[in-house]
Amino acid sequence: MIRLHNVSKTYPNGVLALKDVSFHIPKGQFVFLTGHSGAGKSTILRLLIAEEKPSHGDVRVSGFSINKLSKKDVPRLRRKLGIVFQDFRLLEYRNVEENVGFALEVTGTRPEQIPSRVIRVLTQVGLASKAKVYPKELSGGEQQRVALARALVNDPAILIADEPTGNLDERATRSIFQLLKEINAGGTVVVMATHNLALVRDTNYRVIELKGGGVVYDSAQEPSPSSAGTRAPDALGDVAS
Amino acid sequence: MSTTLREALRTARRTPLLSSLSVASIGFSLFTVGLFVLVAINFQHALRTLAERVEVVAFVLRGTPAEAITAASQDIAAFPEVLEVRFVSEEEALDRARRELTEFQEAYRDLETNPLPASLEIRLKEDLRNEQVAAVVAERLRGFAFVDDVRYGREWVRRLDRLRNLAGALGLVIGLAFAVVAVVIIGVTIRITVLQRAKEIAIMRLVGATNGYIRRPFVLEGVMMGILGGALAAAMCWGVFAAFRGSMGEVRGTLVFFGTTEIALIILFGTSIGYFGSLVSVGRHLRHV
Repeated sequence: MIRLHNVSKTYPNGVLALKDVSFHIPKGQFVFLTGHSGAGKSTILRLLIAEEKPSHGDVRVSGFSINKLSKKDVPRLRRKLGIVFQDFRLLEYRNVEENVGFALEVTGTRPEQIPSRVIRVLTQVGLASKAKVYPKELSGGEQQRVALARALVNDPAILIADEPTGNLDERATRSIFQLLKEINAGGTVVVMATHNLALVRDTNYRVIELKGGGVVYDSAQEPSPSSAGTRAPDALGDVAS
Repeated sequence: MSTTLREALRTARRTPLLSSLSVASIGFSLFTVGLFVLVAINFQHALRTLAERVEVVAFVLRGTPAEAITAASQDIAAFPEVLEVRFVSEEEALDRARRELTEFQEAYRDLETNPLPASLEIRLKEDLRNEQVAAVVAERLRGFAFVDDVRYGREWVRRLDRLRNLAGALGLVIGLAFAVVAVVIIGVTIRITVLQRAKEIAIMRLVGATNGYIRRPFVLEGVMMGILGGALAAAMCWGVFAAFRGSMGEVRGTLVFFGTTEIALIILFGTSIGYFGSLVSVGRHLRHV
């Protein structure tokens, strides 16, 4: 589903953001990307959504080679991805259902199919009753649910979440994380960059930890990857909170 | 298309101030160009009116038989440069002198013999009222045996020619400069509207919108702003023209305003700038994000 092979990325200003990163994420997996700010998490996510191209190595996402992807084909890739950010990125002048329906409109979904698909996904994230409400009238957790609904409405194969709970309180964080787990249980690959160690520790999901642009820990490479608790204690200790 | 139109109207409604400012900016830019063109048109119109007075006069020797003059008149009328030939008899010339030269009225009244010769007044075709053609026709007229002298106000026609050429060249240069400034101002305005919606464009791209999908509402909005701006410019030109004409007294009848074609051209110009301006601005933005 996702494969990075010997990937390095140097930005035009000379900053080396990734060096020789390799990993493979198969279908159905939930993966945490952890590490300090500047460790390379966001660069990996930017490569996965084709906002950047690798300087060296090969990145493959859902059958697309990011190295060879032309600008014209980027929308085709993005339609197979769901993307959520820490700052929600909702359109303030559109209500909840319009924000979600927007993702269907731009992908050319027939107008008569849009309302039913929007309601289905809003029900999934528990916001069906707030379909007509505008983002400003919602709490942070609810806004992130709208962003999740927008990411899910096109039935993506992969959900990419960049610090989705970064702006949320503990309760909202748990509720969003629960949703992400349910989404993953439905077969969607979830790649989540986070600083929240509590979430990481509470699950058995795969953890890829980055430091200085390289992978310093991958629970899938551990002799016993069945539990996050089995990892070397200093590995998690390096992760900023 | 309906989605594109809905999106374009939605964004215009959402940012009424910015949309109004954009329309006003297009309107005022085109108004400046329009006003200049209006002045140029009126100036050309005035020059054309002046040029109508360009004529070649052939004075006829006394005692020339009327038949000879009539036959020659027909020959001259057949010249390719000539619009019409008019015979002015000696008596008519005297009458005209008495009527028009009031300061010599007394002198002309006491005359026992008419000192003024008969003449042929030759009007040239509209596009040929210049010094060169007048000189050629004058030369040809001198070939007629009964022609005593030929005059066409050489110096006056030469000055008129120079004025016309200068006005044409200046008009073209200044008009183009105004048009370029208008295009730049409108381009900047449209760029601001695009930048103001950068977040929206980024979100569209994230959810998989193609560049074409993103571009369409902006281009349609640019076209709508161009149409409205063009119409506003035409209306403002009319307002200024009407106010100016009202204060002009007797000469108001000689002033001309744009015809339907020119008004359509102003609106078309606005529409084209709106179309290409938004196409270029969004395209540039999409290439850099």
